[in-house]
Amino acid sequence: MNMKTDIILCGVGGQGILSIATVIGEAAMNENLYIKQAEVHGMSQRGGDVQSNLRISSQPIASDLIPKGGADVIISMEPMEALRYLPYLHADGWIITSSVPFVNIPNYPAIEDINKALDALPHVIRIDIEQLAKDAGVPRSANIILLGAAQRALGIDYEKLEAAIRRVFGRKGEAVVEANIKALAVGRAAQ
Amino acid sequence: MKKLLLGDEAIALGAIHAGLSGVYAYPGTPSTEITEFIQGDSLARERKLHSRWCTNEKTAMEAALGMSFMGKRALVCMKHVGLNVCADPFVNSGMTGVNGGVVVLVADDPSMHSSQDEQDSRFYGKFAMLPTFEPSSQQEAYDMMATAFEYSEQQCLPVLMRVTTRMAHSRAVVEVKEQAREENVLNYNAVAANWVLLPANARRRNNQVTAQQKQLEDDAAASPYNSLVIPKSPMSSKYPLGIIASGIAYNYVMESLSSLNRGGAREGVSLPLLKISQYPLPKKLVRQMLEQCERVLIVEEGQPFIEDQVRGVFESTNILGRLTGELPRTGELTPDSVSEALKSLSHESFASAESDSSVPPAISGGADGASLVVPRPPALCQGCGHRDVYTALNQVLAEFDNPRVFGDIGCYTLGFLPPYKAIHSCVDMGASITMAKGAADAGQWPAVAIIGDSTFTHSGMTGLLDAVNENADITVIISDNLTTAMTGGQDSAGTNKFEAICLGLGVDPAHVRVVVPLPKNMPEITQIIRDEINYHGVSVIIPRRECIQTFKRHAKNKVKSEEVKSDK
Repeated sequence: MNMKTDIILCGVGGQGILSIATVIGEAAMNENLYIKQAEVHGMSQRGGDVQSNLRISSQPIASDLIPKGGADVIISMEPMEALRYLPYLHADGWIITSSVPFVNIPNYPAIEDINKALDALPHVIRIDIEQLAKDAGVPRSANIILLGAAQRALGIDYEKLEAAIRRVFGRKGEAVVEANIKALAVGRAAQ
Repeated sequence: MKKLLLGDEAIALGAIHAGLSGVYAYPGTPSTEITEFIQGDSLARERKLHSRWCTNEKTAMEAALGMSFMGKRALVCMKHVGLNVCADPFVNSGMTGVNGGVVVLVADDPSMHSSQDEQDSRFYGKFAMLPTFEPSSQQEAYDMMATAFEYSEQQCLPVLMRVTTRMAHSRAVVEVKEQAREENVLNYNAVAANWVLLPANARRRNNQVTAQQKQLEDDAAASPYNSLVIPKSPMSSKYPLGIIASGIAYNYVMESLSSLNRGGAREGVSLPLLKISQYPLPKKLVRQMLEQCERVLIVEEGQPFIEDQVRGVFESTNILGRLTGELPRTGELTPDSVSEALKSLSHESFASAESDSSVPPAISGGADGASLVVPRPPALCQGCGHRDVYTALNQVLAEFDNPRVFGDIGCYTLGFLPPYKAIHSCVDMGASITMAKGAADAGQWPAVAIIGDSTFTHSGMTGLLDAVNENADITVIISDNLTTAMTGGQDSAGTNKFEAICLGLGVDPAHVRVVVPLPKNMPEITQIIRDEINYHGVSVIIPRRECIQTFKRHAKNKVKSEEVKSDK
């Protein structure tokens, strides 16, 4: 079956977008899909905006970067950061974003304006992953809740993401694996 | 075996599998992960491959030459500006040649994501007359390491391998070997007359290496990494357009061609295409291309290295690229900039090209949202000791009429930004101390240098010696966070040695002052800074507190190891 999904993962340096990418990459790798994932390392990791272009496809992928208007999904750990990449989002594309602003700049826009802009778009899931993570007793797995909420938009079977989590976090012990699987389920329910 | 690897990791694993005996490097974005991968690799540990960080790129390059001298294979890694630091041994390594293979891996940073300039290292390869490789994919990066080491030994020359940020920091699935080649055995077969670069020897070697260039170019023309594809054409005349693409730019071309095809441009991928990943530039292939095409678009990441060579001094109207405005003159390429160039040229070249359905429809109603977004620049971490240093420094300097602060390369360069706005210069590794001295020589007072611990040992010590020898009226702050922080917390060469280094260089012991940068110590710190500025000679203040990032990591590891203990 032919498939191709272009994903932009974004947030603020240190929010854990790369572990979301690692789980998706692991699931894709297990399906023998082609993967390209451009990451940002270095200076901007110090509290600046960060993003990763993740492309998975059944056919070989040429460019490491996603062209404008080409992204199927934006997964964002922060609501304003989700808007930063709108020029890259396809007309039918999805945004899955945390609703919690990360304010480390003096001129952060009004959150009501950001919410209004997000709600004006056709396919948006906006959730308070931090509250959900606390309520579920998995405070350190908020990013995996976001991944769970993106499952349908990504077009990856839930069980495959779950298996990928087991493989990725296996080294860190059963407690970490279980916390992340719980987070994934919480995210799925929020879709 | 398939592995999902960063470009940097593919290079590292390729080198280990090619029988590497040592990597020599100083951390620098985007090259750092190569050495880090080798440090963590189980086979590299089992073989005890050298992988400790070096003090700077020059010591790295020279140590690699020493390993090669003894017959073993060595890898040197750095970012592009690091090649300036080791330019002396790098260029001379072409004159000495090598015994064991040497690959010099340089990661360029076009668009300057974490750098001071966007110099293109391929010019250095040509300058030093060395074969240069430029992979276009992570797979090629892995495969090329084995080829490069073999070729280095075959030609008795180091090989320069150039990658750019998007190759270094992008992951892809790579097919890797199950078995690693054995290391070379210790074998002193160096010809001393080649390695002793007295003028008489160097002249002879210069003639040899110059004569070798034709062979290198013939090899590049025949290289499996270079390919010229000229489709069978229904046309008897020349093709209206051909493309020469190198390194990662080749990927953007392939992406654009396939989207043009989807969009209905009839000629699509049937353009003649020359891919270049091995230099010297194979002129034979370029000539074939030019003979068959009316116009040629040259797409390369970085500066117009190929384009300049192909154009020469003739004002040709049929060679297009960054110099003629089809592609942006500076900054890194994107699939969008390449696709725009290709689209407009193919519309001109092929009247039949359909209207533009190749552009995906961007989301509508997004304009309002996008206009809300404001920049989010990087900043010093909360709890970082550099913050306390700048707070104290600004407080004291407010008491003086015309203070100047010379900064350096590292996290603390962010002190330029609000709220601190504390530094007035940042040029290259080590320039804080020497520029402060030059400014003091010119009559500036107070002249303050601020430099990190790792940058100080990299390139600051020699400048401090200059200052001591003339008793320059400067105040040097070595902001010591016990690590190379900006690149992610690698070991810092001078940890625990800074007082001894400063005293050894001749700084008066009464003016080597150590403080702990914490808000509660502010009265003490500000008094020391004030006193040392008022002392008319060289003084060194060392605020020392561990980087908050490595501190958190160490604390986490400690908790983990205690958990493991209590489990037992």
